[in-house]
Amino acid sequence: MKRAAFGHIGFPILLLLPQLAIIAIFFYWPAAYAVESSFYLQDPFGFGETFVGFDNYTRLTNSTNYINALNFTVVFTLLVTFFSLGIALLLAVKADKVIRGAKTYRTLLMWVYAIAPPVAGLIGVMLFDQSRGTITQVLASFGYDFRLGVNYWDTAAAMITVSVWKQIPVNFIFFLSGLQAIPRSVREAAMIDNRSGTSRFWDITFPLLAPTGFFLLIINITYSLFDTFGIVDTIVKGEPGNNPLTLVYRVYVDGFRGGDLGGSSAQSVVLMILVLILTIVQFRFLERRIHYT
Amino acid sequence: MTLKTTLSLGLAAGLLAGGAAQAQTEIEFWHAMGGQLGETVNQLVEDFNASQSDYVLTPVFKGTYEETLTAAIAAFRAGEQPNIVQVFDAGAATVIGAQGATIPVEQLLNDAGVGFNIEDYIDGVRYFYADSDGQMIGMPFNSSTPIMYYNADALAEAGVEPPTTWEEFAEVTGPALRDAGYIPLAQSHLPWIFTENFFSRHNLQFASNNNGYDGVDTEIMVNHPAIRAHFQALVDWQDEGLFAFYGTGWADNQNPFEAGEVAMWLGSSGSFGGIADRVDFEFSATVLPYWEAVTTEPTQTFIGGAALFAMSGFDEEENMATAAFFDYLTSVDAQVMWHTETGYVPITNAAYEASAEQGHYDEFPAAEVGIQQLLLPAGEFTRGYRMGFYVQIRDVMNREYTRILTGEATVDEAFEIIEAEANELLERFAATQG
Repeated sequence: MKRAAFGHIGFPILLLLPQLAIIAIFFYWPAAYAVESSFYLQDPFGFGETFVGFDNYTRLTNSTNYINALNFTVVFTLLVTFFSLGIALLLAVKADKVIRGAKTYRTLLMWVYAIAPPVAGLIGVMLFDQSRGTITQVLASFGYDFRLGVNYWDTAAAMITVSVWKQIPVNFIFFLSGLQAIPRSVREAAMIDNRSGTSRFWDITFPLLAPTGFFLLIINITYSLFDTFGIVDTIVKGEPGNNPLTLVYRVYVDGFRGGDLGGSSAQSVVLMILVLILTIVQFRFLERRIHYT
Repeated sequence: MTLKTTLSLGLAAGLLAGGAAQAQTEIEFWHAMGGQLGETVNQLVEDFNASQSDYVLTPVFKGTYEETLTAAIAAFRAGEQPNIVQVFDAGAATVIGAQGATIPVEQLLNDAGVGFNIEDYIDGVRYFYADSDGQMIGMPFNSSTPIMYYNADALAEAGVEPPTTWEEFAEVTGPALRDAGYIPLAQSHLPWIFTENFFSRHNLQFASNNNGYDGVDTEIMVNHPAIRAHFQALVDWQDEGLFAFYGTGWADNQNPFEAGEVAMWLGSSGSFGGIADRVDFEFSATVLPYWEAVTTEPTQTFIGGAALFAMSGFDEEENMATAAFFDYLTSVDAQVMWHTETGYVPITNAAYEASAEQGHYDEFPAAEVGIQQLLLPAGEFTRGYRMGFYVQIRDVMNREYTRILTGEATVDEAFEIIEAEANELLERFAATQG
């Protein structure tokens, strides 16, 4: 194959400029601004400010409330990622085998994807509502008093359920197309070697799905960390109370609801660093074990 | 919603176009009144625009109270602020602390030659949005106060009268209602009803610096034996089936009352209209009970809700327009319309008298309870409170109160945490002003 080359270094830079400008304006500049304001306590209107050094950070490490949110976010992310990937993979493998009416099954399974997170949250609130929720009533018939918004873990369970439900279709679509990309010849060869469907899945299908899985893992972690905001907001009804909160939601609560720009900037810087570490770990250690065809 | 938005946008565009042709002064008003309340705000603004030909006011709905304040702050920093913004009670310290962001209404109205007399305003309304010298900074707009609604059918069935004291509730009313098959009591806002107005009702000091009005180096005095005893009573009542807690959400606590499961519910005087539309039982309202053990001379409560602030950075002509709207807003006609349509209390004595003359309270006695409670004897600490980062302080209260009522924390532990975290927040707020 012939290598294409540019005659002059200026031209590729020119081509990159629009993208770099967008990143600079919408990412680097606000990020730098967040780092700067995390060292201040500032009147939201911009009239007064005090330099407080690392106070906004040390305060976080001393706050049991913040540590609770951090712990909850970790548990939440792990559970949401695990269940939404696991269930989607199971559904995709099963749907892949369906011959009659395959399209209908697939469409039905993808349907939920079209629902916006706040709407998903709202549906969750209706299902789990204290007095009228369907799921609450079902649980009550088993003798369990489910109390959304009062009991910490009940609220957490509702958040996780709704978040998983909302994310399954995305994963399903990717897993299904991943499965369909596995060459028929490979599957047939495996079929001759091994009669057991389960071991064929783990030996052949799963490794060949790994690139898709890795991509989805990153997407799902990002989803759990950030995109569940709308679900959390609707389930807690905008009132943090004694409800479980994710780190992103806390940034919003302190910064936007409370007008504490310094404190919330410090939290978003911490979040930025966490995501950076996570990304490095994922690419350095996990991706090495994955083979792209 | 979309249709409404389109219509109001079209209307606004029409008004703007008309305004440009006649060289009228156009000003903008950002508010947080959605749904039915938003319609009433639009009506109010339309009436104002129709009442004169010099100024055109455009209302813009900006979401929740918090979103509206945040939008106004961001706009102010970008030099694009609206002429008028609605700011809620807990956000008052932020906007009043930022001197230079707003023009005190008292000054605005005097400069415009409209005339202003603070004595025209109802007692419990007068000083909540004022500075330490008593100068009114924000114009009280949708003002409400917590009152006790009761299901009259349920009380008749149990053979009791609405309680005037908490002792009476604990010994007589509560048990009778429980035995009649009701949950006797619920409430919708623990920080507002059982904290801020608890202090006011019993004339107890809520914070240093005259409840925070006289400076920013304020310390909260929430960890008071009277309120600790009150929350211990709530825990006991919950165990005895006299009180139920449905979480921090307002509606979660109001719904069981409207469904007829809860017999007495503490909510906002502004909830009146909505309840009247939805319930099919006889209901009425009365003033908040008090603890006889704490005081024998209970005092008034103060207002919650929100106020309108005139933002700075506009020329004289636009400020005149803002003043003209405030003048219209405080007129008897506008206040009576606002009060009878929404259930919020009228902010002037004249409007209260006019509503009474029209027979509004003969028809709906419960609509008067909020005003009666605001007109109870005042005390040293009944004017309100002014504390920065108060939204977060309320969040801390909500969290700890929930922990008390779910048995995760004792009353003493929770109040120590509230006191410590609130004081840390106040200290941080003081630094933002420095």
